[in-house]
Amino acid sequence: MEQATLSFKARAERALADPTLKIAIDRTTGTAERKRALAMSQFPQFEAARDRARRIKDHVIANLEHYLLEFERNAIASGAKVYWAATAEEASQIVVRLCKEAGAKRVTRVKSMLGEEIGLPHALDEAGIDRVETDLAEHIVQLGGDRPSHIVWPSMHRTREQVSEMFKRRHRAPHQEETIEAMVDSARRELRDKFLSADVAISGANFLIADSGATCTVTNEGNAELTTTPPRVHIVTAGIEKLVPSMGHAIAMLRVLVRSATGADVTQYTTFHCGPKQAGDRDGPEEFHIVLVDNGRTRMLREGMREMLRCIRCGACMNHCVVFRQLGGHVYGGTYPGPMGAVLTPVFDGLEKSRDLPHACTMNGKCQEVCPVAIPLPTLLRGWRDRSWREGLEPGVVRFGLGVHTFFALRPRLYRLATAMAIRVMRLFSRGGVVRGMPGLGAWTAHREFPAPARRSFMEMYKDQEGGR
Amino acid sequence: MSNDRSVSSPPSSPRVALFVTCLVDAMRPSVGFAALKLLRAAGCRVEVPDAQTCCGQPAFNSGDTADAARLARHFIETFEGYDYVVAPSGSCVGMTRAHYPEALADDPAWAERARRLGERTYELTSFLVDVMRFAPADVKLDGSFTYHDSCSGLRELGVHDQPRALLGKVSGLTLKPLEGNDVCCGFGGTFCVKYPAISNAVVGEKAEAIERSGAQLLLGGDLGCLMNMAGKLKRKGSAVRAYHAAEVLAGMADGPAIGEEG
Repeated sequence: MEQATLSFKARAERALADPTLKIAIDRTTGTAERKRALAMSQFPQFEAARDRARRIKDHVIANLEHYLLEFERNAIASGAKVYWAATAEEASQIVVRLCKEAGAKRVTRVKSMLGEEIGLPHALDEAGIDRVETDLAEHIVQLGGDRPSHIVWPSMHRTREQVSEMFKRRHRAPHQEETIEAMVDSARRELRDKFLSADVAISGANFLIADSGATCTVTNEGNAELTTTPPRVHIVTAGIEKLVPSMGHAIAMLRVLVRSATGADVTQYTTFHCGPKQAGDRDGPEEFHIVLVDNGRTRMLREGMREMLRCIRCGACMNHCVVFRQLGGHVYGGTYPGPMGAVLTPVFDGLEKSRDLPHACTMNGKCQEVCPVAIPLPTLLRGWRDRSWREGLEPGVVRFGLGVHTFFALRPRLYRLATAMAIRVMRLFSRGGVVRGMPGLGAWTAHREFPAPARRSFMEMYKDQEGGR
Repeated sequence: MSNDRSVSSPPSSPRVALFVTCLVDAMRPSVGFAALKLLRAAGCRVEVPDAQTCCGQPAFNSGDTADAARLARHFIETFEGYDYVVAPSGSCVGMTRAHYPEALADDPAWAERARRLGERTYELTSFLVDVMRFAPADVKLDGSFTYHDSCSGLRELGVHDQPRALLGKVSGLTLKPLEGNDVCCGFGGTFCVKYPAISNAVVGEKAEAIERSGAQLLLGGDLGCLMNMAGKLKRKGSAVRAYHAAEVLAGMADGPAIGEEG
């Protein structure tokens, strides 16, 4: 949390200086990248599946109101109660109020990035409700008192060695052996009775299925089932972009989601919830609440970021991002890190506060290449840069430098002169083939050599050689 | 994208404008002369329009779309009279092909001119292979090389096989694969000076991968990326030498490598 008070660059430099963090990032993203590549090699129809997924999302986004109303109608018919939240604050207030109305002392949560987005963990803690994170990684985040650093692996920033040490300090009956299995058992012993004693379960949703009013949640651990079954009340929070027309469409989305996220063929656990317990049901909640959250999504529709609403939160963009793989997720300072986070965070926090995010990108396009719904992430990031320029948020030195460059580049004769002069100045500082100690080049030469220019420009030499032509 | 002429025979002595790019013009003219030599060897009538400057990518990627549009119009006026435009850079060609229509989106007539010119604008190695069906003859260089695929050329233009096909014809030269050959080197235009610490971490990993390849030479098709990687290799004291692929293909790799005393 204290990270938020540092500037992006200061946070970045701190992350770059942390070798343990780099080991942790490399393990997770490296594994994710290898598994995804293997899954792709075994799924030649991926391009077709991806195209279908993109078209499903685009269709829903173009008909958002229709599907939202259809979903609401069917959810109510199934016995669910539906709430609409325009902002993050409204959404978390609704959830806290529902918990209080249920007399909840303890709530269990299934990992949901939307829950993080609306500040739900904090709101529940503030309300004095005992919040139990049931996802193993979220449990680690909760024990560490920090925030998720990845949307699929929230505790990616901790090495297993660090987690082992933390479990030993904090668990009632910690593991003895240093194996992953023993550590998972330690968490299981710690959490199992809490699963069973919670009053309210809170989950997110990967899909909202319009024609039935059902919600769909995928997990790798089965904690969604275990969390949502025993408590009397189940609350689902979901962004309005999670809609799909039908179950068949949800399955089509799952085909690309899981391969992109973990490289598996199918999700470990895929849970559908539809309304509260009905007469004759053996289990299920007595109350089923669904909170539909806008929080900037309709604004994104209006402001040219329609494609971003396709995002299914798989994490492939960050796993393949050279910047994320150096920094990890916390440096981004928002709920969502990596390329998709760099597009989304300015929507939530305002561009002025998060101006660095769309700029700290090399525009290499890998994120778009691996995105299962083909979101043009570099184009969207450039859109923020364009806006930052128009709103005057760019530093004066950048504006001046580019202004001078454009002035000359529009005047070829002056441009030749300026180039010739720049070459001569650089050569004054050149030794052994590289430029050293030249004012203005420090950002480059602090870390690498700057190759010296040849004596004369191409255009000068070409004119001499072929002047008669 | 660039294979639309895959079944037709190459054009007969087309009039080709060489866009040397601002970086090659100022920093490494030998790449421009290598491109000139290769295009002529491929049977093109090559001209170097005098009014050429910069494609406008720094402005565009900094969010200064208005100035990028001005430079795009200047580029279009300078180059649209030729059969083809060729540049020894996937990045600059990616700007003109993929992004000029975006930069000029407010002006449909200019955006259309941009699209039409974009269809005739090529990265050097893809032009030589896909359009001219060219293969270098009698070029010899003993040694091993590894190849970095610069991102814009790879993802915006589909440049991958072409440089390898051409370099495969150089006798004595063997390819040593580069782990993560399609991973960004951390250059990113102004990114490398706006976020130098992050850029350094990325190029540091790239330099390690290049050294692990065991190759003597690092080749690529974009001078910006090559200067970044060569600069890092040199700072590390590496013996790997970096050249633009065009220099090798034109038999001009006997001069100093990037960052060597010339």
